Amino acid sequence: MKRHLLSAADLSRDDALLILDTAEELARLADRPIKKLPTLRGRTVVNLFYEDSTRTRTSFEAAAKRLSADVINFAAKGSSVSKGESLKDTALTLEAMGADAVVVRHHASGAPHRLANSGWIRGSVVNAGDGTHEHPTQALLDAFTMRRRLGSFDGRRVTIVGDILHSRVARSNVRLLHTLGAQVTLVAPPTLLPVGVATWPCAVSYDLDAELPKSDVVMMLRVQHERMNAAFFPSAREYSRRYGLDGLRFAAMPEHAIVMHPGPMNRGMEIAAEVADSPRSTIVEQVTNGVSVRMAVLYLLLSGSESAIGSTEETS
Amino acid sequence: MLEASDIRRVLTRIAHEIVERNKGAGDLVLLGIPTRGVPLALRLAERIGEVEGDAPPAGSLDVTMYRDDLALRPARGLGRTDIPGDIDDKVVVLVDDVLMSGRTIRSALDALKDIGRPRAVQLAVLVDRGHRELPIRADFVGKNLPTSLSETVAVRVEELDGLDVVMLGVKGEQT
Repeated sequence: MKRHLLSAADLSRDDALLILDTAEELARLADRPIKKLPTLRGRTVVNLFYEDSTRTRTSFEAAAKRLSADVINFAAKGSSVSKGESLKDTALTLEAMGADAVVVRHHASGAPHRLANSGWIRGSVVNAGDGTHEHPTQALLDAFTMRRRLGSFDGRRVTIVGDILHSRVARSNVRLLHTLGAQVTLVAPPTLLPVGVATWPCAVSYDLDAELPKSDVVMMLRVQHERMNAAFFPSAREYSRRYGLDGLRFAAMPEHAIVMHPGPMNRGMEIAAEVADSPRSTIVEQVTNGVSVRMAVLYLLLSGSESAIGSTEETS
Repeated sequence: MLEASDIRRVLTRIAHEIVERNKGAGDLVLLGIPTRGVPLALRLAERIGEVEGDAPPAGSLDVTMYRDDLALRPARGLGRTDIPGDIDDKVVVLVDDVLMSGRTIRSALDALKDIGRPRAVQLAVLVDRGHRELPIRADFVGKNLPTSLSETVAVRVEELDGLDVVMLGVKGEQT
């Protein structure tokens, strides 16, 4: 039985479109006086966060609360994890508390798979970012934002720029956007591209200026200082000059093209302030859309006798 | 059970009944319940417009998120909710194709409560087939079809199915 969302690769085209369509309906809730639905009343959603995160955790929390679920926030800092508790024992504790879903962010790639496939917990597992692996709900909200702005995916060109090597956002987006019919090009210095990128369903380029004029979407990734444990580029200034989206580069994009960023951004580093604040930047919109998309995911995973989306226990 | 011409006459009659009961169409808002209640609501609004001059606003109200049987069935997608303007202090007429257990209508009443506070809520259905499980009744009924639980009632509408018809079948058989 399907019941987890661990990777964007778990989603068929129909699954992904069902999530986007459901999110579209849920987004309309924002116009109502009462922005709450009774659907997940009595269910418990645990946010299990081993890494710092403001927007993803609060976004999941808002989504679960708008569906009337009870939310337990479990941050590794200040919990028994800092006393040395293993993932297994934490999971058994959450299971004993009756968690219907565990939204997990972990610094180790694959931790959500371990949680889902171990038999430690019976509930659904939603990957909210694991190491440098995947962040499927971010890709879904990015796709949702693109569809709202551009209408459709077929033949749209999406350019993802920056630290692909460490980016779970890029990985999930490549998979999901490929499933949805968009053409993805990754742009990064060679040192920030993962080994094996040639097998991904996307194109690769080292030259941002060549890609900009033909892009419908330009997604800038954050330079992740916390994961920069080697010299990936000579200096921040050089990176910014070659791969930063400044006003001049912005002007080279087509009129209809949009600029995205998963946040948090380094203004002046990968993206200039004037670009981030432009009406063609969807950065704030992405946050709003994140709540609708996560509501859709929780609703489709948890509301029925079986999930409408996602992966089974054994696969992926 | 009902042909296209029967459905047309029934809707015209219901439109007149709605206007008569409410002494005009002034405060009316018609909300169809997806899927097939929606085109019926739009048609009723149009008929009322022919009678009264001005067609009342019509929209749709999806009740999926408010159903009490959600956990019993696989998760599913949502229908569209499209509320035309404000429903506070209006008379909302819910429109659905078939009334049976009454559970859909209960969900609709819950959904309405989160959207506003109508002065009154009325219910119009094309077919009432009995077997109520809740204390709910329709104000306007196209046709009473006393059926057995082993039978099915299938409503088809022009807008979605290409033809207008109400058919009676036996459970498990394709109609």
